[in-house]
Formats: sequence, structure tokens, C-alpha cells
Amino acid sequence: MMNFDSCCLALLIATLSVTAVSTVLYWIFFARGEEKSRVWARRLLFLSWVLQSSYIVLRMVQVGNTPVTTYHEAVFFFGWAITTAYFSFRLRYQVKNFGTFVSPLICLLLFAAAFISRQVIPLDPKLQSIWLPVHASLSLLAYGFLGLGFCGGIMYLLQERELKSRKVGYFFSRLPSLEALDQLITHCVTIGFTILTLGMVTGVLWSRQVYGIFFRWQPKEIFSLLIWLAYLFQIHQRYSAGYRGRRTAALAVAGFSLLLFTLWPVIT
Amino acid sequence: MAQTRLTLVGVNHKTTPLSIREQLAVTKGYEDALAALSILPQCLEYYLISTCNRVELVCAGDEEMPTDQELMALLFGEVGDPEQWSQYCYAYHDSEAVRHFFQVAASLDSLVVGEAQILGQIKEAYRHAAQANATGPLLNKLLHKSFSTAKRVRSETGIGASAVSISSAAVELAKKIFGSLDDKQVLLIGAGEMAELAAQHLLGQGVAGVMVANRTFDRAVALAARFKGGACLLSEIDTYLETADIVISSTGSTELIIQHGQVKPLMRARRNRSLFFIDIAVPRDLDPALNEIDNVYLYDIDDLGQVVTQNRAGREQEAVKAHRIVDEETVKFSQWLEHLQVTPTIAALKSKTDAICAQELAKTLAKVELSKEQRQHVEKMMAAVTAKFLHSPLIYLKKESCRPGDKAKVDLINSIFALDEDELRRN
Repeated sequence: MMNFDSCCLALLIATLSVTAVSTVLYWIFFARGEEKSRVWARRLLFLSWVLQSSYIVLRMVQVGNTPVTTYHEAVFFFGWAITTAYFSFRLRYQVKNFGTFVSPLICLLLFAAAFISRQVIPLDPKLQSIWLPVHASLSLLAYGFLGLGFCGGIMYLLQERELKSRKVGYFFSRLPSLEALDQLITHCVTIGFTILTLGMVTGVLWSRQVYGIFFRWQPKEIFSLLIWLAYLFQIHQRYSAGYRGRRTAALAVAGFSLLLFTLWPVIT
Repeated sequence: MAQTRLTLVGVNHKTTPLSIREQLAVTKGYEDALAALSILPQCLEYYLISTCNRVELVCAGDEEMPTDQELMALLFGEVGDPEQWSQYCYAYHDSEAVRHFFQVAASLDSLVVGEAQILGQIKEAYRHAAQANATGPLLNKLLHKSFSTAKRVRSETGIGASAVSISSAAVELAKKIFGSLDDKQVLLIGAGEMAELAAQHLLGQGVAGVMVANRTFDRAVALAARFKGGACLLSEIDTYLETADIVISSTGSTELIIQHGQVKPLMRARRNRSLFFIDIAVPRDLDPALNEIDNVYLYDIDDLGQVVTQNRAGREQEAVKAHRIVDEETVKFSQWLEHLQVTPTIAALKSKTDAICAQELAKTLAKVELSKEQRQHVEKMMAAVTAKFLHSPLIYLKKESCRPGDKAKVDLINSIFALDEDELRRN
């Protein structure tokens, strides 16, 4: 299996390098506005997505189940989910300089995954169920969209701060309009929340199947529920009380920051 | 010999405080001022431009042009002490005058560099001058060249591309807040000129509608008709604040028109949709605390000015390019101007030789009897002799004409052939 493993490692290193170069190019585009670097950044990020997908498939073959059960796998899958969400979003909308904010997040997650032990831990047969991979991948994909919402939120807060301070500075021309960012956040949070809900439901079903009860009051479960409620609150407020703008952005940022914590005890 | 000269005297926002500028005699309208200029006999052509940022006078004439002081006297009328005039006033001659005029037209000399209004104002002033028969071949050419120079600067540099004036800064900010302005409502409070301009700019960007609120309802209705919008009274604005997205205020009121406490409760009814306040009035109409409300953005005239300045800083490179274009066009025009100096000499030379030929021919024909055919031969011969004789001096003149400042050589030809003032002027 040694050969197969070095193959995986090579693919991982290639993925990381391509993503890093893409991120740097996005930054160059942000700073200098050269169209050429943006085009190449996007091409490389797409290549990174292809490599990420291949790595996941390879890992799947290696471990024999959906690779979302170790820290390494989950964090890597998280990075892949954000990349996937980004490209699915880009099919419909074009938001100026969004890639500059999303690519570092992807980069960060992939690098974090690379530094976590890649050791294959055989899954406890007790935990095996069809619901586990479905629950985990749905949740991580939801995180991907919520991660985009987080990036949008940061962009919104930066742009809003400049507009409020009435000093048009570095970000003013580089970031899109507040309205576009608000739409982006709402779009990503709504999709993310919907998938997250499905993830929660399948998680509950899995828990029922494995432990016999729906909810075990584990810290991770409580935390996830809190996050779900936070996003539910945000969406509810948007449609009932017309929450918009800065508050939506701040909630999107806060929600995702909370969510990053739950990633730690991802398998308990 | 009559050398064409150009003089430009003027005051602008850089040299002269507003309090002096607004008193200048010529700011009262073009007709009277142009009529006053027509009294000066030495001024063959003249042109006057008066805007809120500048008053400039361009005169073309021969060597007996009115002095700069005389022109300044026309400009200032009764205002101030003549000894102080030169402190406010600048005077340019010939190619310097051309360069300055091109710079003005290309909006390089404007308070807000790159703004497009000045060209319209120059054209408007030209219309007045033309109606008063004040302009002639020289100034017509100068003005048309200034239009094309301005056009070149606009299309070949980015100087007019980003936010270039207060009102386009407002539009740019609105776009950063709202993205598209398509379905946005504008509420115009008061009927100041700047506010009107900003509203017009926003309409140009496709906003859905404009509501005009004014203390006097008649004025509101009149203004609303221009924007194809609605009119309301100042006391009704609370209702409209609920639906408006962009509020531009420019009343002459000394008290605040919209208070913080007035808008805050409205935000819930507005479902927190962003609200962009633009306060163009001095003293201010809008409570500065409005900016503290979430999703409310308040900019006053100084803030907008700052946005403009920050945009300007990034355009220095473009300004260099623009000045190069102006220099190019100035050189071209100055060459044409030099050539214009030579033209009367050439014409005078030709008509003088023609006259001599005709005279001598008449004398000779009185003495000898020639057939029609023979007579034509003689006439042809005389024409050939004079053409060949004049060939060298003409080449000499035309060659020199390409180099500016060779008045001495033109004068030389004039004195060799004894071309007097009358002959030159006739041509």
C-alpha cells in the first residue's frame, strides 16, 4: 500500500501548491487589478478543485468509506466544499473580487488538513451506517456555503466601514456594492442553512440508529443546534423584520466563526 | 505689418476669492459685456466666458491691441483698486493664451479636474459671442480647436472616467451602496442648483423617479415637471422618507430639516433598506447623527469633496497625458497662427504685382495695336514673369511661416516690396 500512499501524498502536495499559487494571483489581482492574473487565478482554482476531488476519490478508495471521518478528511472535505460552493455560486453570479476572499479560506483549510495526521483510522463498525457519510458530507457542504457567507460578510463589513467613515479608501473601488454583497450573503446563508437542516436531520437519524436516541446532549450536538438556531434566527429576521445590511453580515461572520469550533470535536 | 495677437485675461477659482468673482461686471450676462467690448476698436475679435469658477476674456487684434490693464478694467469695472487687479488677474499672450484656453476647455483648469460641464459653458458663451458678431476667423478656429482638444483629452485619457465632480461622486457612492440604481427613488429637498445637477446625474443613471419637496409648492411643481416626478411640501417629507432611497437636500434653511429621531423609527418600516443622504446645503440641512443609524449613509458637501480629491490623486498620470495633448494642440494652433501672419503679406504681394501688370499693360496697349490673340500672349507672358519672379519670396515666406516668431522676415519682405499697412489690411 506504500505506493498508493505516496501517490496520495503527491496529489495532496500538488493540490496545495496549485491552491497557494491561485490565492497569490487573486491577491495580485486585488492589489493591482491586472485582468490576466484574475483569469489565471480562477483557472488554477478550478484545477485545484479537480485535484481536490481526485484526492477525495483516491482517499475513498484507500479507506473504503466516504472520507469524512478523521480530522484530516473532514477538514480537507470542508475545503473542497467551499471550493465547490464557490464554483456553483459563480455559475449564477459574478461578484467582484470574491475569489480574493474565498481562496485564502480554502488555502487555510487545505493546509490545515495537510498538517493533521493522515493516518487511516478504521471506523468503529458500531458507528457504520449509511447515515454517517450522508450526514457528514451534507453538513460539510452546508459549511461550505456558510463559509462563502462568511467571506461575503467580511467584505460587506469592510466596505460598509469605509462608506460610513466617509473616507473612500483602499477597499471602496475594489469591493462590490453593499447591495450585491447583501444578496450574496443571503443567497449563501439560505442555501447553507437548507443543507445544514438536512445534515441535522440525517445526523439525528444516525444517532438514533447508532445510539438509540435522537439527541445525546453532547457538547458538539448542543453547539451544532445553537448554530442552526442562530442561522434560523437570522433567516427568520430577514423575512419577518427585514434584517439587512450590517447585521446580516455580522451574523454571517459570527455564525461561521462559531461553526469552526464544532469542527474540532467532529467525531465524538 | 499687422501681426495678429491674442490676449487672454481672466480670473479663476485659484487666483480670486469668490467674493471678488461674483462682483465682476461681466458676470451679469454676456450681452452687455460683449457690447462694452465692441467699443474697443483695436479688438478685432473677442470672446468672453463667465462661469461660477472663472471669468475670462480673449481678444484678437493687431499690434495696437488694448493693453492688459485696459482689458482688466473691462473685466473688473468698478470693483476694487486697479493696483490690486494684477494680483487676482492673469494675462496670457499668443501661444500661452492658446494653451491656457485649451486647458480650460479640456477641464484641466477646473475646480474639479475632468468635469464635463465647462465645455458646455464654453459653447454657450461662444453662441453669445457669435450672435454679437464678436468672433472672426481666428477665434472661430481657436474655439473649434478647443472643442476637439477637449474631446481628445476625454477619449484618450481617463481623466473624465471616474468620479470627476461632486455630483458624479454622489452617483458613484450611490452605486456602491445600491449596486444598480434602476428601481431607486430620489427625494430632492429644496431646489438648489447643485442638488438639481445631482438629481439630473442620478436620472441619467436610470433611477426610477424623483420627488421634489420645497417650501414653496410652485417651485417644487416646476422642478418636478422637469424631472417628470412628483412634488410635495416640506412638511410632508416624513411620508416620502419611507419610500425614498437617495435623499438630496439643499435648502437655504438655517435649521436642520431632518433629525436623527425622525429617521430612526422609519428604518423598521423601510425594512432596513439602505438610505443614502446627501447634504449639499451650507449650513447643513441634515442631522450629522443620521450617519450613526444602521444602513444609513450621510455625506455632506465636504465629504463628497474629499471623495473627489481622493479620486483626483489617482489621476495624476492621466493628467500628464492630458497636458501632453494640450501641448500638442497648442503647437499646432500656434503654427497656424504664425501662418496667418504671413497670409496678408502673400496676398498683398500678389495683388500689388497684379496691379502693376494691369497698369503697365494698359499703358502699352494704348500705344500699340494688337490682335486679340497677340494680346492674350502678352498677358500670359506677364503672368508667367510675375509668377516666376514671386516664386522665391513666396517660398521664403511659407518656409519661414513654419517657424514661430519670424516676424522680422515677414517685415523684411514687406519693406522690400514696400507693402504698406493699407495694402496689408485690405488683404
